[in-house]
Amino acid sequence: MRYEQEAGARGRGSEAEIPSDRATVEAPQPFRIGESDPAGTPAGAAGAGASTAGTASTVTFDLGATTVRALNSELHAPSATSYEVLRPQGAHAIAAGVHAPLTIDIRGHAGYYCAGMNDGATITVHGNVGTGVAENMMSGLVRVRGDASQSVGATGHGGLLVIEGSASMRCGISMKGIDIVVGGDIGPMSAFMAQAGRLVVCGDAGDGLGDSIYEARIYVRGAVGGLGADCVEKEQRPEHLAELAELLTAAGIEPVGEYAPGRFRRYGSARRLYHFAAHNSTAY
Amino acid sequence: MTGYPPDPASLGLRESHTFDRATIAGIQRAAMTGVYDIRGGGAKRRLPHFDDLLFLGASMSRYPLEGYRERCDTDVVLGDRNAKYPLRLAIPVTIAGMSFGALSAQAKEALGRGASEVGTSTTTGDGGMTPEERGQSKHLVYQYLPSRYGMNPTDLRKADAIEVVLGQGAKPGGGGMLLGQKISDRVAQMRTLPAGIDQRSACRHPDWTGPDDLAIKILELREITDWEKPIYVKIGASRTYYDVKLAVASGADVVVVDGMQGGTAATQDVFIEHVGIPTLAAIPQAVQALRELGLHRKVQLVVSGGIRTGADVAKAMALGADAVAIGTAALIALGDNDPRYADEYAALGSAAGFYDDFQDGRDPAGITTQDPELAVRLDPAEGGRRLANYLRVLTMEAQTIARACGKSHVRNLEPEDLVALTIESAAMARVPLAGTTWIPGQGGLL
Repeated sequence: MRYEQEAGARGRGSEAEIPSDRATVEAPQPFRIGESDPAGTPAGAAGAGASTAGTASTVTFDLGATTVRALNSELHAPSATSYEVLRPQGAHAIAAGVHAPLTIDIRGHAGYYCAGMNDGATITVHGNVGTGVAENMMSGLVRVRGDASQSVGATGHGGLLVIEGSASMRCGISMKGIDIVVGGDIGPMSAFMAQAGRLVVCGDAGDGLGDSIYEARIYVRGAVGGLGADCVEKEQRPEHLAELAELLTAAGIEPVGEYAPGRFRRYGSARRLYHFAAHNSTAY
Repeated sequence: MTGYPPDPASLGLRESHTFDRATIAGIQRAAMTGVYDIRGGGAKRRLPHFDDLLFLGASMSRYPLEGYRERCDTDVVLGDRNAKYPLRLAIPVTIAGMSFGALSAQAKEALGRGASEVGTSTTTGDGGMTPEERGQSKHLVYQYLPSRYGMNPTDLRKADAIEVVLGQGAKPGGGGMLLGQKISDRVAQMRTLPAGIDQRSACRHPDWTGPDDLAIKILELREITDWEKPIYVKIGASRTYYDVKLAVASGADVVVVDGMQGGTAATQDVFIEHVGIPTLAAIPQAVQALRELGLHRKVQLVVSGGIRTGADVAKAMALGADAVAIGTAALIALGDNDPRYADEYAALGSAAGFYDDFQDGRDPAGITTQDPELAVRLDPAEGGRRLANYLRVLTMEAQTIARACGKSHVRNLEPEDLVALTIESAAMARVPLAGTTWIPGQGGLL
C-alpha cells in the first residue's frame, strides 16, 4: 500500500537545482486513475513566475520564482481554467480559497492547508501535504498522490478528498459532509466529532477512531487500533456496500477483490452521548 | 409584608457563609439530578472590578475640557497592521460574539441594527452567519471557532473582520454547548447536526494546536480573503500576559481579552465561577505584553467581561484598551431580565434580575431562545433602537469622564488618571491605592 518515492526525491539539495519538482510520488497499487495520469509532465517551467507556456489554456506558476500570494490572487480571480504549480517547496496555503471550477496541478510537496476551503476546484497534489489539506472543503475534488499530515479534510462540508498514501492523526476531524478516501492508513483520533460525510480507509486506523462521532459513516478495511467514545461497529447493509463501492470508484479504486466493499467494516455513532445524562459522566 | 416570610435574621437565625442558601440549594440540586448545573451569564461572585477604581479628574495640575462644548473624539481603527480594509468604528464599544442558536434570529438582527445605528461592529458566534445579521450589520466580525459550525468561505469573504476564538472569559479552556431545547431545525441545519440533541462544541481547533500552527492558520485566512480583513484573536483571560504575546506572535491584528465576568449561553456553573481571572486583572497584563513588543496601539486591544457603564468603558480604556465589547449588557438593553416578565420568570423558578437559564430556551424576553412564539416578542427594530440608545449613553458617559480628565479623545485616558479603592484592585489594575502612591506588587515580573 505504501507509495514509492522516485529515486532522488529524498535528500535533495537546493530546490533551485530541480526545475520542475516533478513526479515525486507514484500512485499506490489500488489507484487505477494514476496509470493514465501523466504525473510529471509540467508545462514550461523555467524561470518565469507565471506563464502560459505549454498547453495554451494552462497557466503555470513557479513558486521558486513567485509567491503564494500571487498564485492565490490569480486563482481567486482566474483568467484561465487550468493551472499548474511548479516547485511548491512545501509552501503553506497553496491554492487556498479557490471558488471556481478550476483544474490545478501542484507538482511537488505542499505545506499546511493546501487547497484549504476549496469550493469547486479539482486540485491534485503530486507529492505529500502538510497539516489540514482541503480543510473545510465545500465542494470539488482534491487528490493527494502521496501522504498527508494531520487533520486531513478537517471540518469539510462537501466534495471528495482522496489521499492515495497514508494520513496522520485527526484525519476527518469534525467532518461535516465531506467524503474522504485514504489509500493507506490513518492515525489516531481520526473522525473526532465527525458530524456528517463518509471516511473510507483502505488500510488501518489508529486509536480513538470516531470519538464522540455524530452522523458520519466510517469504513475501514484493515485493523482499528481502538474505537473512541460512542463509536461502535455497525452492520454493513446493502446500501452501505453500494455507497462504499461508489466512493471507491470515485476515488479511482476498483471495488473488487482485495478492495471489494465486503472487505471493509463500518463504524458509526451509538448515539449514546447525544443527550447529557448522569450515567454518561465518565464520557464527558 | 403580607405574603413574605419573615427575615430569618430577625428571628436570631444565622446563615453560614460557607454553606449559604445558594450553596445548600446547589448541593440539593446535585443530589436530586446527578448532573452539574449548566447556566448562562458570567461569574456571579463578587470580584475586584471597575467599581473599585476612581478617576482623579482635572484641577490645578491638569486642565479639563468643557463638558458640552469641547470636542472629545471616540473613533477607533481596528486591525490596520496587515489588513487592506481595517474596521473604522465611530465608538469604541463593540458587540461581542454571540451565536445564532444561543440567541434568536431576531435578537441577532437587533444587535446588528443597534450597532450599525451608532457606527460600531457586531460579531457572529458559534453556528455561523445568518442573512438577517449580515444584512443589518454595517461592520460584522465573523468568529472562527473550534467547532467551525456553519463556517464557510463564502461567509468568510462577506465578513468585515475575522475573529479566531481560542476561548472566552466564562470558560477559558472549555468548548461550547447548546442543549437540545435550542437545536431547532434551522440551527441544526446550519450546524450540520441532528435536531434536538445536546450539542457539544470542541474546545480545541481541529487543524492547529499551538502558536506556531496558528501563525500558519492566520496566514491561510489572510490568503483566502486576499489580505483584506483584520484578523482578531480572542482569548479567555487566564495567563493573559503570555497568551497575548503568543497571539501577537501568531499574527493577530487585534487581540480580544475576555475576563471571567464575560457571559456565556450555556456553561457549567463550576466552570464559570472557578476558571479564569477578572477583567480588571487581565487588562494590565495584556497591555504590558503589547508594550514589551512595541505594539501597544498598533495591535489593538479589545476588552470584554463586565462592561456596564461609560465609566467601565473609560476605565478599561484608561488601563490601555483600544475598545471594549459588551454582551450581557447588550442583551439587557434588548430586554433581557425585564421586570415586565416577572410572572413568567417566576413560573420558570427564577425572577427578573436573576434569570440565567439561557441554556434552557424558554427565555420570556424572547432573546435566548429558538421558540418562535417567544422569539417574536422581540421586535428587531425596537430592540435595535434600545441598543443604539444604550450605546450612545455609554459613549457619552465615557466622553464625560474623558473631558473631566482633560482628554480630547477617550483613548487618551491613561492609568495616571486612576486610583484604586481596594488593595486588591490596586494590585490587579496596577494603579495606586487612593490617597497613596502605593501600587501593591509593583516591581514584580507581572
